[in-house]
Amino acid sequence: MLIRALHDEGVEMIYGYPGGAVLHIYDAIFNQDKVEHILVRHEQAATHAADGYARATGRPGVVLVTSGPGATNAVTGIATAFMDSIPMIVISGQVESSLIGSDGFQETDMVGISRPVVKHSFMVQNPEDIPMVVKKAFYIATTGRPGPVVIDIPKDVTDPKRKFPYSYPESVKLRSYSVPAKGHTGQIKKAVEILLAAKRPVLYTGGGVVQGEGSALLTELAKTLGYPVTNTLMGLGAYPGTDKHFLGMLGMHGTYEANMAMHFSDVVLGIGVRFDDRVTNAVSKFCPGAKILHVDIDPASISKTVPADVPIVGSVTSVLEEMLELIKSSETKVDRKALDLWWKQIEGWREKDCLKVTPAENDVIKPQQVIQCLYDITGGDAYVSSDVGQHQMFAAQYYKFDKPRRWINSGGLGTMGFGFPAAMGVQFAFPGAVSVCVTGEGSFQMNLQELATCLQYQLPIKIVCLNNQALGMVKQWQDMQYGGRYSHSTYSESLPDFVKLVEAYGHVGIKIEKFSDLKTKMEEAFALKDRLVFIDVMVDPMEHVYPMSIKGGAMKDMILSKTERT
Amino acid sequence: MRHIISILLENEPGALSRVVGLFSQRNYNIESLTVAPTDDHTLSRLTITTIGDDRKIEQITKHLNKLVDVVKLVDLTEGAHIERELMLIKVKATGAQRDEVKRTADIFRGQVVDVTSTIYSIQLVGTSAKLDAFLAAISGVTILEVARTGVSGISRGEKVLSV
Repeated sequence: MLIRALHDEGVEMIYGYPGGAVLHIYDAIFNQDKVEHILVRHEQAATHAADGYARATGRPGVVLVTSGPGATNAVTGIATAFMDSIPMIVISGQVESSLIGSDGFQETDMVGISRPVVKHSFMVQNPEDIPMVVKKAFYIATTGRPGPVVIDIPKDVTDPKRKFPYSYPESVKLRSYSVPAKGHTGQIKKAVEILLAAKRPVLYTGGGVVQGEGSALLTELAKTLGYPVTNTLMGLGAYPGTDKHFLGMLGMHGTYEANMAMHFSDVVLGIGVRFDDRVTNAVSKFCPGAKILHVDIDPASISKTVPADVPIVGSVTSVLEEMLELIKSSETKVDRKALDLWWKQIEGWREKDCLKVTPAENDVIKPQQVIQCLYDITGGDAYVSSDVGQHQMFAAQYYKFDKPRRWINSGGLGTMGFGFPAAMGVQFAFPGAVSVCVTGEGSFQMNLQELATCLQYQLPIKIVCLNNQALGMVKQWQDMQYGGRYSHSTYSESLPDFVKLVEAYGHVGIKIEKFSDLKTKMEEAFALKDRLVFIDVMVDPMEHVYPMSIKGGAMKDMILSKTERT
Repeated sequence: MRHIISILLENEPGALSRVVGLFSQRNYNIESLTVAPTDDHTLSRLTITTIGDDRKIEQITKHLNKLVDVVKLVDLTEGAHIERELMLIKVKATGAQRDEVKRTADIFRGQVVDVTSTIYSIQLVGTSAKLDAFLAAISGVTILEVARTGVSGISRGEKVLSV
């Protein structure tokens, strides 16, 4: 009944791992061919794969795990999806109803343990409730601000002997859950007036634009107005990265021009963003001269950290459509003179060329050069999943995403081990696409067991490992704030031979140690179109990610290199 | 500022833990909490008293509203309202104090609901401040036990919290 309901909901694929409490469900999977099940090697990877699938396609990812350890292993992936507002359904087995509360074998209170990191959760009490619960779960997970929903099912509820007439509900209505549709027209008018009167405007846009399918409208808005755009880490690709109006990413490791433009702006239009601490730096010093216009589908995101002068609750597309209409029909026009001056100032900041890469001596590879090379080889058109750390920031800074849903990373929770299984989810969704995982030797070791899954399903993922033989971001902070005391952030003496490791799993491994080899060997790796290739690139271990905001400062306060600050 | 938030909640398993969990998760404070089903058996009514500035209270109500089990809520302290709390208090009542306790209870319109030769159990209804005042008034007496229900409340006049 469960699998039938999933099929009726339009699910093509689920990621899972079997166990005692879900054996009835696995038997049902065995007896059908409509919903494909992907066997991973660890439940956490199932959630990240479903997450990657969801981020790349916009459709909810579905996960099936057993009770107890299966469920708890899934929690990190659920929390990851929750922080980044990714639609996901996690079906967890539970011990039989009669055993619940008795500390039965593989029993854990999944609804309780996942509560703070789900949008909602269900415990199914009766088999006949399954279709409605599935319907509600998908509805909640995919509407409004999306998020993960857990369905916990005791084993007896899926017992095939308990038969009920099946019908899948056409629609669902919940009296306690409503989705804000259109923004308040009065507020939108007010926002447009302020926006048109702006002399130093910035459009600050985030993951909400990607999730809300608002990229085309955002691009139209920015081009109509001629205003500069900056994206958050989650929003990369929401606005074309190669466009001249694009200032780059903002925030802790954002570009000089993006952060300076934010700080000195007089109007900030935030769309699908949450004024996260990694963006704002010290909230009290944030954009001192700016009026804040904030569009978000989640009212709780508005004025959470930075009070909004004009809050607008609504879907990105409906609000942007309305804004565009109002701008086109408005008698007030953009102050071109002021805007020209503003752009001149921005170009001045741009001239600093804060992402300039100085080649190293002795043929040593700079990590930034690897991303630049990757960008060139893939024509900027790959799906890039990233793990967490320095390599993530380098990828965000140096890979220019022109399309939404191409940049897949754990922004909010910062989950190491996310990238590789997420790249699997992307490859499953788009078998013909180039799915790249940019990782580090630290993150990769957190989910490398999935090399086996990739062999089983013949996934030709390209893993680009920026190997600096250390937990680079931790080490960077230790360099900058702890007197260079590398407490448990280095392990060069105990690293595996990654080439041999991936070969043991039946894949191809390539090691690159010299800059002069970088391009040819990368090309060689990407030419192997039907194989998983692990590219172990030994990079300069002392490299830091810059720019970096100065803790406790304003957005304009940045460290630009090891020797230069603003 | 102290706020009294009344919530209509789906009467479903786990719903209460979501509300309570939200408060601890986001570092909000619960001063008191009462909950019971309403005349509609599918709904529970919860009353939470909490303390915070306007911004914090706005966040609390927004996050509560996001919970799928929360059907409706109102911050009673935004308008005229009635607030009541019930307290049962067991005190030592011997010698001169026996009369003193009874007199004080009468002044506060409390009722003695159980008696032994050495003990009074008193029931008192009112605002939390009134119950606090009663406790202060009998501070010279040995208090053996205090059981308070927490605040329940309702808006004055036409304003109604219903589905």
